[in-house]
Parts: sequence; C-alpha cells; structure tokens
Amino acid sequence: MRLELIPRPNVSPVMRAIAPVIAFAVAFLIAGFVIWLMGRSPVSAFQVYVLHPLADTWALQELLVKATPLALIAIGLSYCFRANLWNIGAEGQFVMGAILGSWLALATHGTDAGPWVIPAMLVLGVLGGMLYGLIPAFLKTRFGVNEILTSLMLVYIAQLTLDYLARGPWRDPKGFNFPQSVTFDPAATLPAIIEGSRVHYGALFALIAVIVTAFVMNRSLFGYRLRLTGDAPRAARFAGFDPNRTTLAVFAISGGLAGLAGIAEVSGQIGQIQPSISPGYGFTAITVAFLGRLNPFGILAAALVIALTVIGGESAQIMLKLPLDLTLAFQGILLLCVLSADALVSYRVRLVGRGAHA
Amino acid sequence: MNSTTPALVELRKISKRYGELLANDGIDLAIAPGEIHALLGENGAGKSTLVKILYGVIEPTEGQILWQGRPVTISSPVEARELGIGMVFQHFSLFDELTVAENIAVALPATWTLSAVRARLGDISRAYGLSLEPDRAVWTLSAGERQRIEIVRCLLQNPNLLILDEPTSVLTPQESEHLFITLEKLAADGCAILYISHKLEEVRRLCRNATILRAGRVTATLDPRERSAREIAALMVGNEIGEVKSSGVHEGQAEILSVQNLSVPPAGLHGQALIDINLNARAGEVIGIAGVAGNGQSELFAALSGETTVESASAVIINGKPCGSFEIDQRRKLGAAFVPEERLGHAAAPTHRLSENILVSHHAVGAVSKSGFVVLGAARKLARTIIKGFDVRSPGEDAQARKLSGGNLQKFVIGREIIRKPKLLIVNQPTWGVDAGAARLIRQALVDLARAGSAIVVISQDLDELFEIADRLAVIHHGRLSPVKPTPEWTKEAIGLEMLGVGHDREAGHAA
Repeated sequence: MRLELIPRPNVSPVMRAIAPVIAFAVAFLIAGFVIWLMGRSPVSAFQVYVLHPLADTWALQELLVKATPLALIAIGLSYCFRANLWNIGAEGQFVMGAILGSWLALATHGTDAGPWVIPAMLVLGVLGGMLYGLIPAFLKTRFGVNEILTSLMLVYIAQLTLDYLARGPWRDPKGFNFPQSVTFDPAATLPAIIEGSRVHYGALFALIAVIVTAFVMNRSLFGYRLRLTGDAPRAARFAGFDPNRTTLAVFAISGGLAGLAGIAEVSGQIGQIQPSISPGYGFTAITVAFLGRLNPFGILAAALVIALTVIGGESAQIMLKLPLDLTLAFQGILLLCVLSADALVSYRVRLVGRGAHA
Repeated sequence: MNSTTPALVELRKISKRYGELLANDGIDLAIAPGEIHALLGENGAGKSTLVKILYGVIEPTEGQILWQGRPVTISSPVEARELGIGMVFQHFSLFDELTVAENIAVALPATWTLSAVRARLGDISRAYGLSLEPDRAVWTLSAGERQRIEIVRCLLQNPNLLILDEPTSVLTPQESEHLFITLEKLAADGCAILYISHKLEEVRRLCRNATILRAGRVTATLDPRERSAREIAALMVGNEIGEVKSSGVHEGQAEILSVQNLSVPPAGLHGQALIDINLNARAGEVIGIAGVAGNGQSELFAALSGETTVESASAVIINGKPCGSFEIDQRRKLGAAFVPEERLGHAAAPTHRLSENILVSHHAVGAVSKSGFVVLGAARKLARTIIKGFDVRSPGEDAQARKLSGGNLQKFVIGREIIRKPKLLIVNQPTWGVDAGAARLIRQALVDLARAGSAIVVISQDLDELFEIADRLAVIHHGRLSPVKPTPEWTKEAIGLEMLGVGHDREAGHAA
C-alpha cells in the first residue's frame, strides 16, 4: 500500500480560503494533546499561550517588537523564495547588518555627533546585510556553488565574528569584563514610535516593506521576473531575464532587509553589542515566509502569529513550567499543518494497493 | 544466410495504434543468431515504438512475436530480460556517485555479490575489449565509457539479443569504432544485435541486413552494402514531391537576417556544436531548415534568438544591425521574434495565465509594460485578441497555459509573436505534436506573415511541412548547414542524403 497525490482538476476557492484556519485548529489540537500527555491542562496552556498575550498591553507591545525582525527578514526572503533561490543565511545577514551599523554607534560614542548617526547606522546595516548576502549569490553565479550550503555556513562566520567583537575589541573597558559593548548613545538609538512605548521604528519599516513588496510582486516587471524565474526558469531566460542578475538582486534585497532588521534590533531594542543578538530570527523567518505563503500580507500575519507563540512560550515556561522546546515544536507543527492543508487543497490523497497499478 | 539459419526472433505483422495514429503498421522483422540487423528510419518512422514492443515496454495492438520459433507475449522488460533480450538505451541510467561495479550490481538480481560482479566484469572486459576500471566513480568517465557500463550490464545476463538505440549519438568517432569492434565480437559469439540508427555510414560499416521504416511501415529489407546511399535515402524519406510554391520572387528584397560563419562550441556532454553556419533570409521569404533531431537545431535556434550569444557581433546580423553578442531582448527590439520548440516551460510558463504569458516576449517591446510596471489590462486585451484571431480554444477566460491542449497553446504562442508584426520570425518545430487542424492554421499564419513582408526561418523535422511553405531550404547535420537552395531545386532524395550526412559537396571527414 502506498499513498498517491492526485491533482484536483478544480480547486475550490472556499477551501483555499479556510484551509489556514483548519490548519491552525489542527495544530492547536495536536499541541494540546502533547501538553495533555505532559500532564498539564491544554485549556490553561491555551490561555497562557494565546489569550494572555493578547489581553495585556505590555505583551502586545512585546508582540510587535518580536514580530518586527521576523516580518522584515521574511519579506526579504520571499523575494528569494519566489525566484526559487534558497537563502538560508538570513541569520548571518541580520548579524552582519547589526555589526556594520553598530560600528558607527561605537565610533561616535561619547562624541556629540548629531541626529545623522541613526540614519547612517541604518544605511550601514542595510549595506552590511546586503554585501554579506551577496557572497553566496556571487559564489553561485560565478562558480555554481550551491547557495543553500554557503549561505548557511556564512551564518556561523557572522555569529562568531560578533562573538569575537563583543568579547574582544568592542568590549566595554569599564564593563567588569562582561562580554558586551558600551550602551549606545541616545543619538545612536532607534527611537520608539510613540514616546514611552517599546515599539521602535523598525515596526514601521516592516510595515512599509510589506506594502512596497505587495506592490512590487503584483504590479512591477521585477516581481513578474521573479515569479517567472521561480515557476519556469527556461521561459525566464527566453523572456530575456538573466538568471545571474536575478540571483544577485534577490540576495541583495533579502540580505539588505535582514541587515536592516539586525541594526534595528540592536539600536532600537538591545542598545548594545552582545555575543548573541538574535534568538534565531533569521531561521524562524523561513517558517514565517512559508507560513505566509510568500504573500506579503500573509507574512505579516504569520510574523505576528509566530511572535505570539514565542511570547506565549515564555510565559508558559514561567507559569506552567512547560519547556521552551514545546514552543519550537509548536512552530514546526503549525508549519506542517499549513503546508499539508495547502497540499490537500490542490491534491487529493489516494490509497494504492500493491500491484494494482502494475 | 538468413534463409538457412532459423530466426532467433521473428516479428509478424506487428501494429501499434495510438488513437488516430498508426505508429507501427504490419511490421515483419526476423533476426538470426549472430546477425547484426539494422533498423533504419527517420524520426517518427516508428523505430522506437517497435523496439519498445520487443523489449516489453509497450504492448502491440496486433501481431505476434516468435522467440526461437515459439509464440511469446513480452509484457514487461523483466520478461524480456528473462528471455534473453538486453537493451542499451540512448540515454544512460547510471548513478554518478557510485563506482562502475556498484552501478552494474544495482541492476542485477540481489544474488550477485560485488566481488562476483568484479570478477565477471574482468572476464567480459577482456573478451570483448570493453575496458572498464571497476572502482572508478561514474562521474569521472566519458560518454563512451558510460555506454560500456550499460553494455556490460546487459552482457552479464548472457543475452541472446542485444538492442542498441542510436548508440553512437553520444560517442566520438573513435569511441564509435571501438563499439563496432565489440559488437562484431559479440555477433561472432552468436549474439544477435538489433542496431537502430539513422546514420547510413555506420549501418553500412556494421550490418548485412537492414530493415527500413517509413511512416510506421517497412519499406524494404535489404543489404545496405549492396545499395547506394541514394537508394536507401529515398526509401527512408519517400519520393513524393510536395506541392511547392514558386520561388525566386524575393531576389532584390531587403536582407533581414544574415548569418555569417557562425560557430558555437557544444554546451555540455550531450551538446552539439554549431560549425560555420551561413544563412540569409530576405523580406517576404520563408527559409526552411530540415534535419534529424539532435543535429544542432536547438543550438541554432538559441544562437539566432540570443539565448546563446557569440563574441563576434557580425556572426548574426538582424535588420542590418550586427547583433551576435546581443541578448534575446535586444534582438526583439530590432524587430525579431522567436518561437522555441518546447511550448510548456520554454515558450510559456505552465502555471501562469495566458495574459501573464504575453509578458514573456512582450515585456520589453510592447504596451504591456510601462517604466518597469506591468499593464495588466493591456496584457489581458492582447491575450483576448490572440485567442480570437488565432482560434485558440481555452478552458475559461484567461486560463493557465498548462490547461490548454498542445495545439491550442502552440497557436497562442505563435500568435503572440505574429501579432507583434515582427520583421523576422524564427520558429523551431512550429507544428510538433499538434493536431492537423492547428498545424494548417499555423502554417497559413506563417505564410501570411511572409507575404506581408517579414522574413521567416522555420526549423522543422517535418519535410512535408517544409516543402509546403519554404521558399528556400537547407539541411542541418552534425551542426553544419548545407547550402541554402530554392525548394524546387531539392528532391526529397537529396534532402535525405544531406540528413544522413552524405551530401554531395560536403567534407566526409567529420563523420568518419
């Protein structure tokens, strides 16, 4: 016996619309079952995971703060994934953007440099991520090296570079030997959108990126170029779209947005350089991009949902003593359910007996 | 000798019908032990169908197969192998990362150990001159060596009949000669060989008996050494002359396309080089390029369209502008249009709607894009115009390209280019795999475009089509183009000879 996927001749638009809702419900049921197996109440877990964060102003702000880097990075990644190019190294581009931008913050530390510092840092952040993202793109276009491997391996180089800087040259000499830099000056701090809140301007950048990307993907020739390259590479070449230029462009865009997320996180959230500045945003953003089906608004929603599970996971750790791994498992279950639901909308499953199809 | 030796295998009145099409029509064929028998024919003559029937891949609609005098049904390749039939396919099925011995072992029953394979490999290599190092990884081997693995795989099962499908198409002349020696040794040991080819020199070098197929029927069984190449070519491509339009009226018209000494190195292992191509097309005429598949047609199309560029700008001149180094878009801006052979995936993106597929060839030259943005309304309107003007039957308004039948998508793809009123249109296999009605409409559209003053180059395997619409014709063989002559000056026989690479004024050296 084996399973076969048969394409459905007519895909129901109603099913396509409600598939994510069903996927969420199923994911919650599976996670609830796991929690029940662990001897906790699934109902109270649901309350802690979902309802509490949504009912609390502090938690809502935290939700936006966490969703910001996820959305920015995932939007960038959607350019790559649309063109069927696999940038797995957004985490590294995030870190490199943070490093290059922070360099300016530390170089101007203690001087009376004016308000130009923060915009310049953001530009440097974009540039850092962009250049770092262009390394795998260059290796692919020039030597045919698989971009999955190189972009992933470059993540470790970026992380260890950051680690070295935080422990070595950039360590605060008056910091009691803690591996961290000085705290950034106010001129090098990305301000909050509303005075006194925790939500910094990165959230606005993410929103702009979503809207611009929606426009680029649906209306521009460049968006068409990416879709054609991803869906029918030979037709793209026949159309006159050079695949190498496409590769370089999408890696530059996704690297740049990851770099922007990185510098925004450091200058708007953390406020200094540390050996680690990301709980894996660059990797989680891959999940976010696919959870949002590479649609900009879908990505925005997915970023909020994943951020919710992260915050809920933190409170669940404290209040219910549930391990953090459960949160990661839930993110995985959710992605699996959404992708399965998508597949089941377009295909139906058939059981084939042995020998019946000889 | 055929009359005295009882046949090892005999095919009697084999027919295979696909809907309207009779791929094989009452074919008789007998092969004796130790005989090297050639199966000759053009593409689409029915060679592959016949061989697949013999190897159990497809079932015949009618007819009988006798194996050593007794009727058998071969319903799978496993059964064919059990009878003692081995087959070497044109495209190899090998694992690049595994060694020679491992590749052979995976194809054998599980009872074979790797060391047993190695030992037998040594025996066979020595006996038939198939030198192979058992522990070399396949990715390090040449095409000839890879083919030897496939042959050894068959030989390990002690076949009585070995089928080879166009075995020299991937080999160098030296490797081919090596193969011929091996095959002669095998035949001397009593193994029958069915040798499929469209290359006459080889068949004459190797075989005493040849069966010639044309349009699914046996046109002759003969000794290729006793007949002239001319006679055999006539049997392969037929003698009828198609209805030919008068030519010569285009003298003095503006030259739209000029190709001078165009050479392109081969791309990859199976690629075909283009060697010193010369060609021109004037306003108002249709140039036809005939040839057996795989002789450089796709490469020529790519070089003309700009999907492959060359350094020498003057190798391709469109509308007076040297553009050998131009990309496809720049050539489109000079007034050229292109239709590749593959409809789905090359000419059109399967999952995109027809209106989006307009953009593939119009984004740089039409009203469907404006300063970097897509004008979807214009694209939809254009798609509707093409659908109406070229009788494209599509399921629903603005359907996905893959939802259309082959003929309807081809009409759309051709219409998409013709609607631009290009000065130059290059088409590869315009009616390949489309129904008769669509083919007629497409040919008419091409002729009409030429009458309106465009130059057209049609690359096609369909000789009847070329005789019907081309004003001048040339034949491509092994990446070289024959002289371009007015269609009435060509006989089908002469074209057949060029297709076999034995044309009158060509160097014989390259195929020896």
